Amino acid sequence: MLGKEKVLEILNKVIEYSNADMTEASITIGESSLTRFANSFIHQNVFERNACLAVRAIIGKRIGYATTNKLDDEAICSVVKKAVAFAQHSAENPDFVSLPHPKPIAPIDTFDQPTALFGPEDRASVVAQLISEARKQGASAAGLLSNGYQEFAVVNTLGVNAYNAMTRARLSTVMTSDSGHGFAEQVSQRIGNLNPISAAVEAATRAVQGQNPVKIEPGEYDVVLLPYAVEEMVVLLADLGFSALAVQEGRSFMCGKFGQQITGKNITIWDDGLDTRGLPRPFDAEGVPKQRVDLIVKGIANAVVYDSYTAYKEGKESTGHSIGGPGTYGPFPTNLFLEPGDASIDEMIASTKKGIFVTRFHYTNTIHPILTLFTGMTRDGTFLIEDGKITKPVKNLRFTDSILERFSNVEMISKDTMRGEWAVVPAIKARGFRFTGVTEF
Amino acid sequence: MKELTDRALDKVRRLGASYGDIRIVRRTNESLSTKNGKVEALESSTDEGFGIRVVADGAWGFASSLEITPEEIDRAAELAVRIAKASASIEHEPVKLAPAEPADGRFEWEIKKDPFEIPIEEKISLLLDADNIIRQTPEIKVSEASMQFWRTEQIFASTEGSYIEQVKTESGAGIEATAVSEGEVQKRSYPASFGGDFATAGYEFVEAWDLVGNAERVAKEAAQLLTAPQCPSDTRALILEGSMLALQVHESCGHPIELDRVFGTEASYAGTSFLTPEKLGNFKYGSDIVNIVADATIPGGLGSFFYDDEGVPAQCVDIIDEGVFVGYLTSRETAEKLGQRSSGAMRADGWNRIPLIRMTNINLMPGDWTLGEMIEDTKRGLYAGTVVSWSIDDMRLNFQFATEFAYDIEDGSLGKLFKNATYTGITYEFWGNCDAIAGEDEWHLWGIPNCGKGQPGQAAHVGHGVAPARFQNVRIGVVESQEESEE
Repeated sequence: MLGKEKVLEILNKVIEYSNADMTEASITIGESSLTRFANSFIHQNVFERNACLAVRAIIGKRIGYATTNKLDDEAICSVVKKAVAFAQHSAENPDFVSLPHPKPIAPIDTFDQPTALFGPEDRASVVAQLISEARKQGASAAGLLSNGYQEFAVVNTLGVNAYNAMTRARLSTVMTSDSGHGFAEQVSQRIGNLNPISAAVEAATRAVQGQNPVKIEPGEYDVVLLPYAVEEMVVLLADLGFSALAVQEGRSFMCGKFGQQITGKNITIWDDGLDTRGLPRPFDAEGVPKQRVDLIVKGIANAVVYDSYTAYKEGKESTGHSIGGPGTYGPFPTNLFLEPGDASIDEMIASTKKGIFVTRFHYTNTIHPILTLFTGMTRDGTFLIEDGKITKPVKNLRFTDSILERFSNVEMISKDTMRGEWAVVPAIKARGFRFTGVTEF
Repeated sequence: MKELTDRALDKVRRLGASYGDIRIVRRTNESLSTKNGKVEALESSTDEGFGIRVVADGAWGFASSLEITPEEIDRAAELAVRIAKASASIEHEPVKLAPAEPADGRFEWEIKKDPFEIPIEEKISLLLDADNIIRQTPEIKVSEASMQFWRTEQIFASTEGSYIEQVKTESGAGIEATAVSEGEVQKRSYPASFGGDFATAGYEFVEAWDLVGNAERVAKEAAQLLTAPQCPSDTRALILEGSMLALQVHESCGHPIELDRVFGTEASYAGTSFLTPEKLGNFKYGSDIVNIVADATIPGGLGSFFYDDEGVPAQCVDIIDEGVFVGYLTSRETAEKLGQRSSGAMRADGWNRIPLIRMTNINLMPGDWTLGEMIEDTKRGLYAGTVVSWSIDDMRLNFQFATEFAYDIEDGSLGKLFKNATYTGITYEFWGNCDAIAGEDEWHLWGIPNCGKGQPGQAAHVGHGVAPARFQNVRIGVVESQEESEE
């Protein structure tokens, strides 16, 4: 690790070398490792040490942006020159007001030394435990175990000066038992929180239960969606409409709906970058502290997230949701929460006369942003529920459905939640999920 | 650089690796975009480093770093071997590589106009001109134009004696018009969606698409879609426009022929494949007129190169021959399992990623129709194109795509424009119903720069040569059937 002092020293050189009216320098530097396994052996095993130094130069209302992964003086000078030259040759952006001004940043603990230092032999040992448990259960394992650390810092000429170091660990597995498949995933800031045995049991049990799936006719079914599937829906909603840029451009489902009911009253979604139940980070890519934003409150469209560009355009303050780069994508919430309920998954199944149990989705994609219409396939554990019981595995189904409409028909929400890479979510039971096709396995 | 590559390879040999290679890569990217008459982003990036890949104790290890120094090369070489030995600690079948001849030389694709030498003002001016024309159509709320350029300089050296230098310049551009009315958003793009079209070429490729000359038409088509009726839901003949068909080839042919997927090593992420080895040489993938090749040798192809990232020469390989599945995209490791030599499809997304089996240019060979003849010959059908969304199951069988535009065809003539068109099917049934393919004059090699695969994620630059084609008995309009069910 370079450490705070050295990282900020690099960024301050950028500020020193730049003659633009305003300059922002940010850096991501770190190491990451990933051990990948399939057919119950390790087939890929990689390590990466990399950095990205980004410079945003502002001249009047003209903006230039350049990045490099070289951190010597010559490279720093060169990337600054490039950003400034791009700004000089650019055209004015009348909507640009300013880079953000500094605000106090609350310290949060995002770094775990053992996670940063976990080596290839350590990863192999965890993978070996998972594979061994899978074999005991009668399944073959594929998946990954990753760990690493990242230092991230931002300074700008208005006084922003922010530094954070964070760690991440992830264990993900797809297990196969004859024609059955199962899935489990765990993410954490601390590698010690990952449990290969419980992941193996979860995925292998479902794989064994999933053997010899039967074909059922597509149509509308009640569904019990595990948190893996629910997270994908919540993150897709964020992509379609929780950004101020999407609202400003009129392409968000939130447009014209603020204060109105857009889902059932039992749906509340917020983003809170500081909440340690998720994967927190203290500030965004512009060095602005993270603020909680209540996006949908009891089904009512309430608010969206801002970066400095979209906020200043409306005379507001950034909520700390810049994701960096030249800003073209707009702001994005990265630590989302869907409010849990008081049910259990067993209760959801028990209350279903006829329905489908879905472990997770595959290859989802948006068909219509305003209708929040999306399609995709079920994957790694799809079962038929009849008279309150899971009765048989079914061949994977294609769905074509509206997320907001489904979130308007949620009957039960689980008490327990899962921490995903982007969101902390419960399982849900929803009425009338639209399956529009079926595949052969 | 030869001193550094020799140092790395000597080091891994001494540490016990049975095979090793090193790639040193420098990549420069320039990205320009305008939105609503403003310059949205002017972005330049440079990125360089090296990656060392080894086989030790019969297993793979890889370590990479941004610092191209002797000390860091030593450190990464040691770590790569240590990682391989850790991989080997779990019971496994030892890695065996199909033979490949060592190669030596420097190779560079020729371009006419270096995009990095064209003044920024000239490039911005072209984008703003197109952007401004788009917004003259009142219904347009978002106008966008963009260009992207890459230059990749790579050295590959291996313990088997290869030392290959390659230089490649790639260019691409496109425009988008988004029309908005109450409760409706519709988009048209040109020449393709998601950034346009891309090629291994210089700035001349961008100029040839005439973004400015097409801006007004694209904007008016987006506006027209706002009031267009919903695409009906039924089963009929479908004629696909080139860029849409390129993605259809990509998803339903390109991915399932990747032999690593077939052997299950992508099972946990992208999935596997229905094209299992016992189908090789006998499975009827498409109708008799369907011929598909994987051709990495075509000048200008975004998936073209001289040598892949294992040092195997670029090749043109038969994939589908008169409808029969006959070939895979392979690596040295996977080809060996089938007793073959590699088809040269291993490519990495930069110095910090290992090579994976990636598409080259997966091309549907031209037929002998014209688009006009196909339409005239269709009693009831749909002519649809330009990608909105795509989705396919993890064995690449059940797919569903949405297109930006779709025109009704009735009694051999194009009729009304429909919005929100979708179509769905099962891969081999769909290709089995292909009964007309347009000829060479309408064949174009499309470039897709964002094919995702692998963990950690990698984006590959690939190509798909296609001419418009017709498919019978396709289920269209999945979205409308849903609206009907609400009523």
